Amino acid sequence: MVVKLYGQVTAACPQRVVLCFLEKEIEFEIVHVDLDTLEQKKPEHLLRQPFGQVPAIEDGDFKLFESRAIARYYATRYADQGTNLLGKFLEHRAIVDQWADVETHYFNVLAFPIVLNLVIKPRLGEECDVVLVEELKAKLGVVLDIYENRLASNRFLAGDEFTMADLTHMPAMGYLMRTDVNQMVKARVNMNRWWEEITARPAWKKLMKMAGFEA
Amino acid sequence: MVMKVYGDGMSACVARVLLCLHEKETEFELVPVDLFACHHKLPSFLSMNPFGQVPVLQDGDLTLFESRAITAYIAEKHKDKGTDLTRHLDAKEAVIVKLWSEVESHHFNPAISAVIHQLIVVPLQGKTPDAAIVEENLEKLGKVLDVYEEKLGKTKYLAGDSYTLADLHHVPYTYYFMKTGHAGLVNDRPNVKAWWEDVCSRPAFLKVSPGLTVAPATN
Repeated sequence: MVVKLYGQVTAACPQRVVLCFLEKEIEFEIVHVDLDTLEQKKPEHLLRQPFGQVPAIEDGDFKLFESRAIARYYATRYADQGTNLLGKFLEHRAIVDQWADVETHYFNVLAFPIVLNLVIKPRLGEECDVVLVEELKAKLGVVLDIYENRLASNRFLAGDEFTMADLTHMPAMGYLMRTDVNQMVKARVNMNRWWEEITARPAWKKLMKMAGFEA
Repeated sequence: MVMKVYGDGMSACVARVLLCLHEKETEFELVPVDLFACHHKLPSFLSMNPFGQVPVLQDGDLTLFESRAITAYIAEKHKDKGTDLTRHLDAKEAVIVKLWSEVESHHFNPAISAVIHQLIVVPLQGKTPDAAIVEENLEKLGKVLDVYEEKLGKTKYLAGDSYTLADLHHVPYTYYFMKTGHAGLVNDRPNVKAWWEDVCSRPAFLKVSPGLTVAPATN
């Protein structure tokens, strides 16, 4: 029985899990939860995810939510299969965790509301808060400068190899790169080099195809 | 060589790490960083954490920032002593700890830290708290605590029947929150209240809580 992923392949947090499955060569099945009709807020889904969000997984009797916890579980459980996403020894794993936490606390807090305003609200016919977006972009620039510096001396965020620290950024980055924020990345030599390298990975290309985007 | 923690015990994020070290019965040295004098923004500190925040951990050659990456490292390195904070012996139990740690990061922390920032940090800067931000985040926090109330009706702690990092990560900010006028958000939810009274009376936290007062050092 394959693991079931409840969500939508176009949504960023489910994409984080799908990308992990693809990198780890794990079979899975997507059970569509329709975000446009707010299916994620309905009682049936709230039993899987009490905060009314996607994704959630069911693997036989085992159930989980929070995309980063799900990705980490499968990366650990299938450590010997596919890409090693977690680092080979304790100190390296700590550095992977560090930059994965940076994604949560510095990057996502800015990227999510930018994507909400520039991508999601227009689709729902709502007005974009342009003042907020400009403020967020200014803060994002400061964060991207730190990444730029990090990637000047490291091929990937946690060192010489692609890990969960890079993967966890990719869904929101994918959306940001479809807005004028892409100028902020292209203007930074190392960030641009890093983004081009990680989006050339077969798992990412497969995800983009599944989501109906061309790479 | 003992681990060094750079920071100040008044910082909730530093306290998170100190609490973990005490639970794991691990010796450490706290290297003071004067936050009021903004020493965490100096180049010498930025070379350890480019985001200019405390805590930073040094363990031999390893320098780490991000308090939850630090607690995960300490809990893993010293998994064979002190409190079992990660349920490392069972992969499914371990990820449930991770799941509720993620809930703290993504759902609880943004709301509670915004309230603490307005009610405790902003006045120290000589400014007036933004009531709208406080109200908006109290509402978000209330909804998160409703989920916790239900979960804690089924398990004694957030990730199951034993205390783990999933609970620990919540403790410092909740301690500050209970000193604001909004402690009712916790006290009005019987399961959350019982959980809080349990976790804040653990011996490890009683070693950390004296440091959780926001004031410049007097010496």
